[in-house]
Amino acid sequence: MSSVPLVPELDQSLPALGSDEGLLSWLASVDHKQIGLMYLVTTGLFFVIGGLEALLRRIQLARPNNTVLTPQNYNQPFTLHGNTMIFLVVLPVLIGIGTYLVPLMIGARDMAFPRLNQMSLWLLVFGSLVLYYSFVAGGAPDAGWHAYPPLTEKDYSPNPGLDYYSIGLLITGIGTVASGINLLVTIFTMRTPGLTMRRLPLFVWMTMVNGFLILGALPALNASLVMIFFDRQLNAHFFDVKNGGSAILWQHYFWSFGHPEVYIMVLPAFGIISEVIPVFSRKPIYGYSFVAASTVAIAFFSFAVWAHHMFAAGMSQTLDLIFGGSSMLIAIPTGIKIFNWLATIWGGKVRFTTSMLFALGFLSMFTIGGLSGVTFAVFPVDWQVTASYYVVAHMHYVLFGGTLFAILAGVYYWFPKMSGRMLSEAWGKWHFWLMFAGFNLTFFPMHILGIMGMSRRIFTYPDRPGWGGLNMISTAGSLLLAVSVLIFLINVVLSSRRGPPAGPNPWDAGTLEWATSSPPPPHNFDLVPPVRGRRPLWDIAHPAAPDRPSRTDSPPTTGRMAGGALPPGRDADARPE
Amino acid sequence: MRGRSEVAMLLFLASESVFFVMLILAYVYFRHSPANPAGAGPGVLDVPHTAAFTACLLASSLTVWLAGRSLKRDRQWATQLWLAATVVLGAIFLVGQGTEYLGLIDKHVTIDRDVFGTAFFTLTGFHSFHVFAGLVALVVVLGLAIAGDFSPDRRSAVSAVSLYWHFVDAVWVVIFSVVYLWSLAG
Repeated sequence: MSSVPLVPELDQSLPALGSDEGLLSWLASVDHKQIGLMYLVTTGLFFVIGGLEALLRRIQLARPNNTVLTPQNYNQPFTLHGNTMIFLVVLPVLIGIGTYLVPLMIGARDMAFPRLNQMSLWLLVFGSLVLYYSFVAGGAPDAGWHAYPPLTEKDYSPNPGLDYYSIGLLITGIGTVASGINLLVTIFTMRTPGLTMRRLPLFVWMTMVNGFLILGALPALNASLVMIFFDRQLNAHFFDVKNGGSAILWQHYFWSFGHPEVYIMVLPAFGIISEVIPVFSRKPIYGYSFVAASTVAIAFFSFAVWAHHMFAAGMSQTLDLIFGGSSMLIAIPTGIKIFNWLATIWGGKVRFTTSMLFALGFLSMFTIGGLSGVTFAVFPVDWQVTASYYVVAHMHYVLFGGTLFAILAGVYYWFPKMSGRMLSEAWGKWHFWLMFAGFNLTFFPMHILGIMGMSRRIFTYPDRPGWGGLNMISTAGSLLLAVSVLIFLINVVLSSRRGPPAGPNPWDAGTLEWATSSPPPPHNFDLVPPVRGRRPLWDIAHPAAPDRPSRTDSPPTTGRMAGGALPPGRDADARPE
Repeated sequence: MRGRSEVAMLLFLASESVFFVMLILAYVYFRHSPANPAGAGPGVLDVPHTAAFTACLLASSLTVWLAGRSLKRDRQWATQLWLAATVVLGAIFLVGQGTEYLGLIDKHVTIDRDVFGTAFFTLTGFHSFHVFAGLVALVVVLGLAIAGDFSPDRRSAVSAVSLYWHFVDAVWVVIFSVVYLWSLAG
């Protein structure tokens, strides 16, 4: 050990959860729970902003030949809506939930690198501010979220929006890579004794696979963003077709990030569903190993299907066949999961809490989105419906009806843990049913509109038979969605002040995060319970009928935990850094 | 099993390799662009000049390994010496890159001249940036070593930085082969 400390020891504790430093205790925090909550607040804010951008466009599209927005004004909100929802809402909210829950679920004191964790959060915040600063700087990005050249070249998009797009997303992208590394190292090195990989909660499993996807996919986006930035600022020619650049190169690069990204946005949601459904069906998950292994299969396939976004760009028939085939294959591991969840519910004693309703909403809506997704793998169909509202419908069934419903299932499930109070079930049911109805009213007609030939990203449409009516339904649905989000926000605000106290384990769940108080103390656990199976709390509550893993599934428990729980301070891994 | 810092560094390097693969593929795609017959090509590169500086970078991988080995045996002086040698060798490599760039700019080969320039300067520029970042990290580690912060039981910072340095070196081996050696073949 060193005798000359270069970094002096602190003689007073840093501001942290529970200290009376007010706002500073949040801004300076390296505690994973505070950082997780700040992720949720940041993404919640951007969810509202992105939702308003969508609402604005639905109002413009309510009637044919409407003039609420000019074409140029329409391009900015649809680009920002996509970028906001994908990069500032869905991706980071899943990382935020992981940041909050993974250390609790594995019985650790904090993440492996608390300060790196803090850096990731603030990179997200600053990156999103850079992206939104474009409004002030002379115009938001206006080339769609996947920013196809030549639209992104300076000649076609002279306002600085795309420069802020590339730098802003690069900043958040670096933060995301750092989060991925942090979550992976945490899961690898900080599990409590007895918590083997075969006993790991499925949410942690999916977050781990997600970490690998992030490491493989985000750098591809970062490299592409750098190229677009060099094209615009240094007059480089990567995507400048006039001077030998290639627009197709961007498509390949972007989608080699973009398709794994689709799974980055859905795997942790699968994880949430895999936690919620067993608890509210009062059964252990059906086919744990299959759920976990199919996730790995999805991760591998996700790197081999990117060009199915490019059938319409004109590729050779061989490539069309390869990518069409691989895209159909990836439906298999996803289907395995759906059947596992259904089998978990089957024969269970289902409790229809709001969380479970959202999980069931996820199952049904995600299946619709998954099935319309498979139709794109049949590339002649893709040629027909590409860049139409059919794509918009599909993608929202996967991302909204899928991921967002799962996130809300998770919020209703873990809110008691995070705040110490229950969300109101009455408001929650209103929230769910209004959102479910609003969602289907908004997005189901888009399937039909797309097949009828309505193009996405066009600021208006001609008065063809049926188009006006379907669009009006869609706009009405989106207003209903806005009401449901409002109800949700009111529920969160009121319940966090006046909700009934939750107690450590209101749902009678089995995983470790429910072993500590709600909200957890700054050090997470006074005592980490012994882990001898997948549901340690079930084992404690039912000593006569412990949740014994089958012999093939898990090695027998070693003797070292037999003495009982380990105090957290004793475990070297529980010390931050 | 390795320590936490080393695992994190390996994961980071995995993501970095994807980043460089994208840039290298772009270079391969653009090195002879038929759309730009009048532009410069890999022929303008000064291979012997860069080969000499490449030798320095390769040698620095050896010195950083020796630094780690000395630390494991608790030879503080040798550790500092080898770390300092690594910094010097890395800096020499950067100087070599700088003179190479100056020579190319003299020949009016720049990032905005054509797709070759675009891909070449982006790829080698990002590599040099990584070398520079590595030098900063090495100087910090050298400072900590001089302050006596490391011991055979406490050397994760040295091994993490040395992993990074080996990676930067390995990437350069690929870039040197793809960009410089391939240019000899036309």
